[in-house]
Amino acid sequence: MEFFLTSLLNGLSYGLLLFMLSSGLTLIFSMMGVLNFAHASFYMLGAYFAYQISSAIGFWPALVIAPLVLGLAGALLERYGLRTVHKSGHVAELLFTVGVALLVEEIVPLIWGRMAVKYAIPRELDFTLFSLFSTSFPAYRGFMLLVSVGMMVLLYVVLTRSRIGLIIQAALTHPEMVGALGHNVPRVFMLVFGVGTALAGLAGVIGGNAFVTEPSMAAAVGSIVFVIAVVGGLGSLEGAFIASLVLGIIQTFSVALDYSLSDLFAGSEVALLHDEALRSLFSIRISQMAPMIPYLVMVLMLIFRPQGLMGKRE
Amino acid sequence: MMNNTDAMSLTLGESKVRSRRWLVWVAAIAVPLLLPLVFRSGYALSMMCQMGIAVIFALSYNMLLGQSGLLSFGHAVYYGLGGYASIHALNAIGAGKLDFPVTLLPLIGGVTGLFFGIVFGYASTKRAGTVFAMISLGIGELMAAGSTVLPGFGGEAGISANRVTGKGLFGITYGPPVQVYYLIALWLVVSAILMYALTQTPLGRMANAVRDNPERAQFVGYNPQRVRFITLVLSAFFAGVAGGLTAINYEIVTQEYLTAHTSVTPLLMTFIGGAGYFFGPVLGAILVTFLQVVLGAYTKAWPLYMGVVFISTVLFAPQGLAGIVMQHRQVWSAGLMRRLVPAYAKVFVPACALLLGTICLVESTYHLTTEAQAGTQMSLFRIPLDVATPAPWIGAAALIAIGLYFFRRSCAAAALSWEGITAELQRRKSP
Amino acid sequence: MKNPPALELVDVSKSFGKSLIIKGVSLSIPRGERHAIIGPNGAGKSTLFNLISGRFPVSGGRISLNGEEITGLPPFKINRRSLSRSFQVTNIFHRLSVYDNICCAVLWSRGYRYSFWHPLERLRDVRELAESIIEQIGLSRKRDVVAGALTYAEQRALELGITIAGGAEVILLDEPTAGMNRSETDEAVELIMRVTKGKTLLMVEHDMGVVFGMADRISVLVYGKILATGTPEEIRGNKEVQEAYLGEEALDATA
Repeated sequence: MEFFLTSLLNGLSYGLLLFMLSSGLTLIFSMMGVLNFAHASFYMLGAYFAYQISSAIGFWPALVIAPLVLGLAGALLERYGLRTVHKSGHVAELLFTVGVALLVEEIVPLIWGRMAVKYAIPRELDFTLFSLFSTSFPAYRGFMLLVSVGMMVLLYVVLTRSRIGLIIQAALTHPEMVGALGHNVPRVFMLVFGVGTALAGLAGVIGGNAFVTEPSMAAAVGSIVFVIAVVGGLGSLEGAFIASLVLGIIQTFSVALDYSLSDLFAGSEVALLHDEALRSLFSIRISQMAPMIPYLVMVLMLIFRPQGLMGKRE
Repeated sequence: MMNNTDAMSLTLGESKVRSRRWLVWVAAIAVPLLLPLVFRSGYALSMMCQMGIAVIFALSYNMLLGQSGLLSFGHAVYYGLGGYASIHALNAIGAGKLDFPVTLLPLIGGVTGLFFGIVFGYASTKRAGTVFAMISLGIGELMAAGSTVLPGFGGEAGISANRVTGKGLFGITYGPPVQVYYLIALWLVVSAILMYALTQTPLGRMANAVRDNPERAQFVGYNPQRVRFITLVLSAFFAGVAGGLTAINYEIVTQEYLTAHTSVTPLLMTFIGGAGYFFGPVLGAILVTFLQVVLGAYTKAWPLYMGVVFISTVLFAPQGLAGIVMQHRQVWSAGLMRRLVPAYAKVFVPACALLLGTICLVESTYHLTTEAQAGTQMSLFRIPLDVATPAPWIGAAALIAIGLYFFRRSCAAAALSWEGITAELQRRKSP
Repeated sequence: MKNPPALELVDVSKSFGKSLIIKGVSLSIPRGERHAIIGPNGAGKSTLFNLISGRFPVSGGRISLNGEEITGLPPFKINRRSLSRSFQVTNIFHRLSVYDNICCAVLWSRGYRYSFWHPLERLRDVRELAESIIEQIGLSRKRDVVAGALTYAEQRALELGITIAGGAEVILLDEPTAGMNRSETDEAVELIMRVTKGKTLLMVEHDMGVVFGMADRISVLVYGKILATGTPEEIRGNKEVQEAYLGEEALDATA
């Protein structure tokens, strides 16, 4: 029971972090039709910027400054990079973001080295929030939960209540109409791209020290975010939310589950297990399978429900 | 009909092409066969082996990207699985459990690629565009993650084998590297001819049609999904062949073969070379491999340079090298090349300054952050530099700033003279 | 069913969300007839074409081609049963040459399917057919030019060429003269008459001169319903049609 509860909470905080990433990706995708391959790169940059800033002036300023800087960088990238390749179509745009991702992946070790940096949890939050029987729940996890939920509520309010939010929502479904009504669609795109990258940066700031800040972190989380976008249904924020939580929780649980198929059959002699290859297949632990699970979920989803959880049928 | 070769036209005058095509193919076959007579060193030979394999891999990738408009991030799946199957087969041959000539081993890789192409292609080719890209990425990651836990992949060490199985035919044991080179060259020539031939079949043409307009393809009787599926399966076959050749070449197959990094490599090669032309990926594969091997020996920052080359191609030359070559071929045959030379010369000088400054900046930073234990002394192009002093930094910054300023100005001038030439070409065409 | 109509629609309807666009259309077109569908903008003419050719699924009703039901089939299967269509907005293979465009439209009907073992160069039947179609549509001089570089009128001709190249018996043309001036329209009409000789033709057209000059019978579609079907004379004399749609403009055009 304690295992269940702590894993659930851990999964929830991880899932919400994933949503912070996938929401930006989804917003950008559904508005501009661009799959931003460099999205996770902004996550990584967020972590590194936060590391740099927090070692100079502390964690709390970093929490604000790093996402802002990255939002600005994202907006500039949209304005001066993406928009110039826009005329060549979506594949060109996708390739441009791939190029950016490649560059970031090389520039980061160029500046900060190939090893993980010591981006630590701020001292104020380095305590145990509560203990369940013998397992403790760190306060920083609680803080992550808080920031993610706060961000989500803010995003929801902005999207549904503010004027710009309404324009964005309209542009999601009818981009030509919004343009025809005299709104500056390119500027809306720039704004959305900037907000998306700022969200990714924020996720990096609070995720970088909860996990590890290293040059491979973008690649590690990047493909999972894409899986979420597909599983949730491309362009659907609700779908991305559900998929983020589900995948976050599944991954947290599967990492912690130290069972294998052969444990299931332990005691009963199964004739199958005389074959060596099968035996080694059966002895794979669920925790070892953990990295495969998101992709398995995605492939299964594609076979049984190609439009994703919340996607619209074409 | 002179006006057939329109500036926009991708197809050249038929008869002209047909007479030249033979020449091109004779050269394409002769060059790989004659190369080892010129470049005899082990270093050159191993680079040429890598190039040959890369060309097959990139050509198979371009069956998707250039010919069918499918952007794949998971081509390593077929390459890697082809490699694993081949290395297992090689071990079985060595152990006497399997009687199969090593010369045909890449066929096992190819068939494996084909098989997994059928399995994964079914799910991935339902949609094109961005969705296909994501699904291919997901399948690629699935296999990459799977290879670390599933049996048969040899864990972190990978699986190694000995390509010399003892049963040499006519003295061909594949012990000496030059024999391996000729094996690769043979498979390269055969694969390239087959892949070219494929572009000239009903399926190849319909792949182009589906790339351009999948909806219209449906209204001329074709199921776009089926066209994509068959193309992917065939492309997976050739990727598997490349994987099989790599297994023979290195005598080891590791998880590295299945990673996203391996999937991105043919993308870089194809796009830098030019996806719109059959020979584009050939140029790209040769260039990228060359840079990889040569630059890789000098600097650890080579992937960064590669990234810069790639993103510059996306931004400024989306047609790739082949596109640049073809554009200039027209100018050349019209005898207008010398009009471009002065403008190009003016671009060249600031471009060099810009490049030099960037290299200096990157290398100095690299030295400072990743090789700090080696002290602050380094040498760049045989010039000793001390990265602890401001000199290299100021020098680099100055080179970049001045270079960039004049580069932009001269580029604008070059673009103007290029426009003049295009206008001239147009005038000559329309009587 | 000895001699079934080439195309038959029975109570076909289509709704997008809550709005009903096609409200129970029934239509029977005998073999060899040239049939035009006219109606005001937004009447659902293009939607009707999209339903017949399988681009959209129907919400209700049946469609049959030569007596065989084709309701719910994907476009490529309907096309293989000898129904071909053109598009209002030019829909061609932009990066392929004119020749290759026509080639693509010929391949399936010649039985080459997904073949990756026939070299195109050696397929004499495909080549000859494609060349003759290119000649018919008057694009011989542009044979090797990429389709994207053609003029608008040339692209329209190519669109028509792609539509007829497969030798389909039933041909649907969606506003074949849209965006053309008088002389271009005349040429297009002559071209259409020539290449669709002996075939069943169903077309949507706004130019009343074209409609009344070409069609054997006309159907008037208003708000998703067929108001009337008949010969040009019957339609011209129909009071209801005049009130609902034709007005003076059309009568002027045909006078």
